[in-house]
Amino acid sequence: MDILNALVAFLNFVFIPAAAYGAQLALGALGVTLIYGILRFSNFAHGDTMAFGTAVTIIVTWGLQALGISLGPLPTALLALPFGIAATALLALGTDRVVYRFYRVQKAAPIILVMASVGVMFLMNGLTRLLIGVDEIRFTDGARFIINVRDFREWSGLEEGLALRTTQLLTLVVAVLVVWALFWFLNRTKSGKAMRAYSDNEDLALLSGIDPERVVRMTWIIAAGLATIAGVLYGLDKSFKAFNYFQILLPIFAAAIVGGLGNPLGAIAGGFVVAFSEVAVTYPWVKVAGYLFPGWQPDGLLQLLGTEYKFAVSFVILIIVLLFKPTGLFSGKSV
Amino acid sequence: MATTRQAAATSPWRAPILFAILALLFVLEGTVRNSMFSGSWNTSLAILNMGLISAITALGVNMQWGYAGLFNVGVVGFLALGGLAPVLIALPPVEGAWSSGGMRLLLSLFVGMGTLAMAKMAWTRTRSGLIVAGVLLAGFVAYRWLFDPAVLAIEANNPARHGNIGGLGLPVLLSWVVGGLFAAAAAWAVGKVALGLRSDYLAIATLGIGEIIVAVLKNEDWLARGVKNITSIPRPVPYEVDLQANPDFVDFATSWGFGAAEASGIWVKLCYMLLFLVVLLTIILLAELALKSPWGRMMRAIRDNETAAEAMGKDVTARHLQVFVLGSAVIGIAGAMMITQDGLMAPTSYNPLRYTFLIWVMVIVGGSGNNWGAVLGAILIWFIWIKVEIWGPNLIGFLVTPLPDGDLKTHLLDSAPHMRFIVMGLVLLLVLRFAPRGLVPER
Repeated sequence: MDILNALVAFLNFVFIPAAAYGAQLALGALGVTLIYGILRFSNFAHGDTMAFGTAVTIIVTWGLQALGISLGPLPTALLALPFGIAATALLALGTDRVVYRFYRVQKAAPIILVMASVGVMFLMNGLTRLLIGVDEIRFTDGARFIINVRDFREWSGLEEGLALRTTQLLTLVVAVLVVWALFWFLNRTKSGKAMRAYSDNEDLALLSGIDPERVVRMTWIIAAGLATIAGVLYGLDKSFKAFNYFQILLPIFAAAIVGGLGNPLGAIAGGFVVAFSEVAVTYPWVKVAGYLFPGWQPDGLLQLLGTEYKFAVSFVILIIVLLFKPTGLFSGKSV
Repeated sequence: MATTRQAAATSPWRAPILFAILALLFVLEGTVRNSMFSGSWNTSLAILNMGLISAITALGVNMQWGYAGLFNVGVVGFLALGGLAPVLIALPPVEGAWSSGGMRLLLSLFVGMGTLAMAKMAWTRTRSGLIVAGVLLAGFVAYRWLFDPAVLAIEANNPARHGNIGGLGLPVLLSWVVGGLFAAAAAWAVGKVALGLRSDYLAIATLGIGEIIVAVLKNEDWLARGVKNITSIPRPVPYEVDLQANPDFVDFATSWGFGAAEASGIWVKLCYMLLFLVVLLTIILLAELALKSPWGRMMRAIRDNETAAEAMGKDVTARHLQVFVLGSAVIGIAGAMMITQDGLMAPTSYNPLRYTFLIWVMVIVGGSGNNWGAVLGAILIWFIWIKVEIWGPNLIGFLVTPLPDGDLKTHLLDSAPHMRFIVMGLVLLLVLRFAPRGLVPER
């Protein structure tokens, strides 16, 4: 029975949270990677794009709640999500038209685009704060738990309880659906194939008559959609705070790079690698060890690093991977 | 900014005129009182002093970006590391901290570094990942075995007042140099690992390093009390209360028509200003001399065409490391100066938006590659950053006057301070677009 208890503790404190967090990172990293693959720069504004999309979704959610519309056990934010995506896509297309296109036409060095994205980051950050303020917002409603600790204990007779929150399962389900749709789009549709061709070899793609502006527009729309979905899932799972979305940029970049910039599969793998290592390194393993080795009493918490160093872990992984594979696990691009 | 940044002809009067306008702004801030300016010399000098510190930070960034094309997005980390120096150098020693665990702590840090060195050696000798992992694991266990009890002992030592290792009780001005050395040492380690990476990868690597350094400062209470903050760091200049108690100073202030309280504040800020100016001008002098020397020409050659420079036999990686360390040292000095001026070490205040990205706006707006440009950009942007907090709400207040009172109006008025970010983003984008070489371009 102790092995079962250890397994449940592991699932509860490591596997489920890390899987949900990994899915959120993967969706964020997919957006970063797509922008890098097509427009060939690291978009520093991605975190604030996520924040903006989430803010719009929250406002629409409030509107729906005021109208008395709900999804029953599911969060109302799911209904508001399409509005958030639409608004974010418009904003992304607008910034591309006003800011990035100029440098693309000029064929400016990629680093200039990165700097322009820093300017866009400032703008979007201010815009989000104007729109919704800086307070912490919980916008989840509906059922909180699918499995709660007490019911699980009574049902299984185990000492250790298991909790699965609605938002965690929702994150995984939505992430799987979105990733499936994205890969279907990239591999099966004409537009998706055009995007891949453009990403692989710009000149060849232009020769074969692909309209680059159309590809770029499509990229921004998809990236905005991914950013909004990732942001809303992250906000539902934890809570919304404008500044947190700037913070989450680091693990997202780490995920995208660990997988290999410009490689969608790599972004997904990177997201889970980063999330699982963050949680595993900062989790105090003493409970699990206690079940596995009943007679043994370790001195400490068996925690490799304090929880405060979560972000540090993502970065250390990044450095280790880059030392051995300079363009990431799945061999991404470099400009 | 094109890929090659050859000089274009600009008027030699451009920089002096812009600096004159900047000076005028500060004089207006000090003398005129209306909805735009405060009319207080105390405010004006406070903005100027922080502007000077920002200017030194911008000079450091400009060395890395303007001379060598290195995109360092971890400025906040090096700044924070420099800020650690006044704490460790100038604070009086903490009673009982060293005896409780100081030696053990030092030993653990040596073991930690030794582990890394051994892992590196094991890798070069054997190329076996398994052996390296074994070395790292054993080293980590030994390090934690030494480190944890030492930290517990130090943090248990009078935690309400201290709980940290304390300082050396040396003059605070010395810590400015030490701050530079701290940042330089960190930059060397970072550069060794990260400078081989390409532009975007380097940017993200430095972004991570900045976050890690700040996280360490926030959480390692034994080092600088973490989020409990350290206050009353010694000053290199007189204290306001002492000045106000000094009859000579009060007479002197009245003879100039100032109250004692106001004059003491101004006097202290003037003293700081002088110190900062000395540092700033020394760094500019050295930087200009370096830039005009063969070394400077080589740096620019490397920046403009790495491949060609490498073909000429220049060691690009070594030169990059050199300039990365130098620039970070300058940032570290600025960090130490900032903590000395504030008299307070508060790790939570190290926000990357403010201390990394805003510094970047300064460098780009001023003119990358030009030292005077970086200084101009830094002081100007800092002035705008501070004033927008007042101008923004005034402007929004003016714009919403026709609106009826209600939620929308209150919301707009409440969120006006966030105008800062929008204004900074706009300034950066406009400069990148219309004056990509900055206000004072490289000559």
